Amino acid sequence: MTAERSAYRNLKDLPREEFVLPGTPLCAGCGALESLRLAAKILGDHVVWVNAAGCFTILAAFPYTPFRGSWLYTTMGSAAAGAQGVRDALDVLMDRGRVGREDDVQVVVVAGDGATFDMAMTATSGALGRHLDFWYFCYDNESYANTGVQRSSATPFGVRTSTTPVTAKTPEGAEEERKDVFEIWRAHGPAYLGTVSPRYPVDLARKLERARRLRGPKMIIAAAPCPTGWEFDPARTNEIARLQVETGMFPLKESVAGEPPVHTVVPARRRPVEEYLRGQGRFRHLFEPVRNDAAIAHIQAGVDRYWEAVAPASR
Amino acid sequence: MTRMLTGNAAAAWGARLADVDYVPAFPITPQTEIVEALAGWCAERAMPARFVMVDSEHSMLTAAGAAAATGARVFTATSSQGLLHGIELLYTVPGWRVPFVLVNVSRGLAAPITLETDHNDVLAARDSGCLQIHAETCQEVLDSVLIAYRIAEDRRVLLPVIVNLDGFTLSFTREPVEIPSAEDAAAYVGTYAPRHAYFRGGEPMAQGVAVLGGALYSHFRYQAHLAAENALVVHEEAAADFARRFGRHHGLVDGYRLDDADLVLIMSNSYATKGRAAVDRARAAGIALGVLRLRVVRPFPLEAIRRALAGRQAVAVIDQNLSIGAGGILVREIAHALYDASPRPRLLSYVGGLGGKDIGEAEFAHIVQDLQRAAATGEVPPPRLLMTEAEAAQVRGLIEIAGGNGAR
Repeated sequence: MTAERSAYRNLKDLPREEFVLPGTPLCAGCGALESLRLAAKILGDHVVWVNAAGCFTILAAFPYTPFRGSWLYTTMGSAAAGAQGVRDALDVLMDRGRVGREDDVQVVVVAGDGATFDMAMTATSGALGRHLDFWYFCYDNESYANTGVQRSSATPFGVRTSTTPVTAKTPEGAEEERKDVFEIWRAHGPAYLGTVSPRYPVDLARKLERARRLRGPKMIIAAAPCPTGWEFDPARTNEIARLQVETGMFPLKESVAGEPPVHTVVPARRRPVEEYLRGQGRFRHLFEPVRNDAAIAHIQAGVDRYWEAVAPASR
Repeated sequence: MTRMLTGNAAAAWGARLADVDYVPAFPITPQTEIVEALAGWCAERAMPARFVMVDSEHSMLTAAGAAAATGARVFTATSSQGLLHGIELLYTVPGWRVPFVLVNVSRGLAAPITLETDHNDVLAARDSGCLQIHAETCQEVLDSVLIAYRIAEDRRVLLPVIVNLDGFTLSFTREPVEIPSAEDAAAYVGTYAPRHAYFRGGEPMAQGVAVLGGALYSHFRYQAHLAAENALVVHEEAAADFARRFGRHHGLVDGYRLDDADLVLIMSNSYATKGRAAVDRARAAGIALGVLRLRVVRPFPLEAIRRALAGRQAVAVIDQNLSIGAGGILVREIAHALYDASPRPRLLSYVGGLGGKDIGEAEFAHIVQDLQRAAATGEVPPPRLLMTEAEAAQVRGLIEIAGGNGAR
């Protein structure tokens, strides 16, 4: 663990000031929006949010915006290149004396897992390779949620989506494993790389605080429990987010300069994944009408294998 | 100073003299020489611009638009497949109402993949909201880049501009080019200080936002259309000022021996030079032929074309492009311009020069014969693909080597 002192020791230390204001058209209980709201508290208002197509695209719908910072919607596949253009333009305009240093802003890509894990891999890899000084905030609801919940490369094994239907031939729904974008990004050696969860706001705040001191790519993958797509009551978002971490399904970790990841929250006694899966309609077919022991065991084995491999580093 | 420059070098000089802030780049034949020149000048600080090689034309045009939305003056260049790879942004950035200049070095589109010129690439961006200037000579390439910034950044316009030149025939052809001094160019182009679109700390601005509902969408799309139409006036002002300062005038359209012409060839870009030679040959034989070259293609200069074609007997459009399933693209737009003319000239349609194929003397002579017959009898031949007997024989020979056409 890093030794530097944090301004955020407990929840009361987080800024009370809000930078993403209420009244958006997103779904009730949106875990993505909660992750964003918390992150924005640390980032402040000198920010340009550079958006890729996804749920968040309707946050700024003419003539309204919930952001106290600026906003640029780009495309689904190239938000990181949009960040490149904004960052380079500000740098050259400051160098040429046409923009004051005090008017500088942080450039933050906000993109869902669909764009991030699939279409935008090239543009993001390009920005990482150029060591662009920017943030990338991926809200990870593990599907193409905005278009009605289709499988993305972030969708875990065993999820029913509208393109991985549960049938006699495909009893698990999604048969593919989730792509490990954390490790793909880490191979680029970004200045900062971390996963965060809206149920762990102090961990989230400390990670953004640590990243803010660094120049270069600052990559965040934010857990985003999705009541609409995952099929749970919007009142349970925090509970689902907590189970996602406590079962070990969503490890909270970070990596500086591409170093091996350090786990910031290690569940002392991991709860069985079943406790997490059971509460979500997208996994219901693993329990009803007949329990699919093999599929549940496969998911549990994947989590166990992960933690057995990393446990020495996190002790 | 006057120097021998290729079309590509002239484009690079245009960007340098426009004192651009930012050049996002990606290589593609036959454009690459432009970004190589700019990379060198930026590296040795002959230009204060920031040059960055990105990962694709899609990223390149995203970065270009985003930098323009931040308030920087942006230049970039591409060709062919690259333009198509980035075309999502060519439709997107005009909606942001921010200016940049893109030089497209025309090259035929795949498939089959090829390297030499035709205009299907740039015409794929015809309806995008990016304005289009098509240049015939290396001098016109340089001049048009400077004029393009004046138009793109004008508050009545605020749209990107594409300056188009032909790959190989112009991109790699050296011609004497008068290069304005940096001071004269700066005085002409001015500075870009947007009041409507930029990013600064403490001054939040939402750009590129979504709309919900067709009425709002229609409003914003039509605003861009009206802004493009404003560019007709803005171009005339910018061209007049350019002529005052530099002694070269570039019109919306360009005529050659047109004043007393009964018959007209309509062409664009560097092949218009071949059209001029055809006019000289026809004139020597006593035929009143002229060339109308389309220079500003978007906005479409409907009135300028009507005026230029008023009273002609027959007009032949040589489209260096092919709308598969329809024929030439520009002939349809010329037909629109002529529909209400009285008397209305006969309108002949040819597709030629695809993938860099030459348009030779025999083909021009054939078109002139068709024009004469149309003028005399009113008879209009069906649209034709221009190809000589020798070229057709060569194609047949290569198909034989490939094992025939498979029909046997």
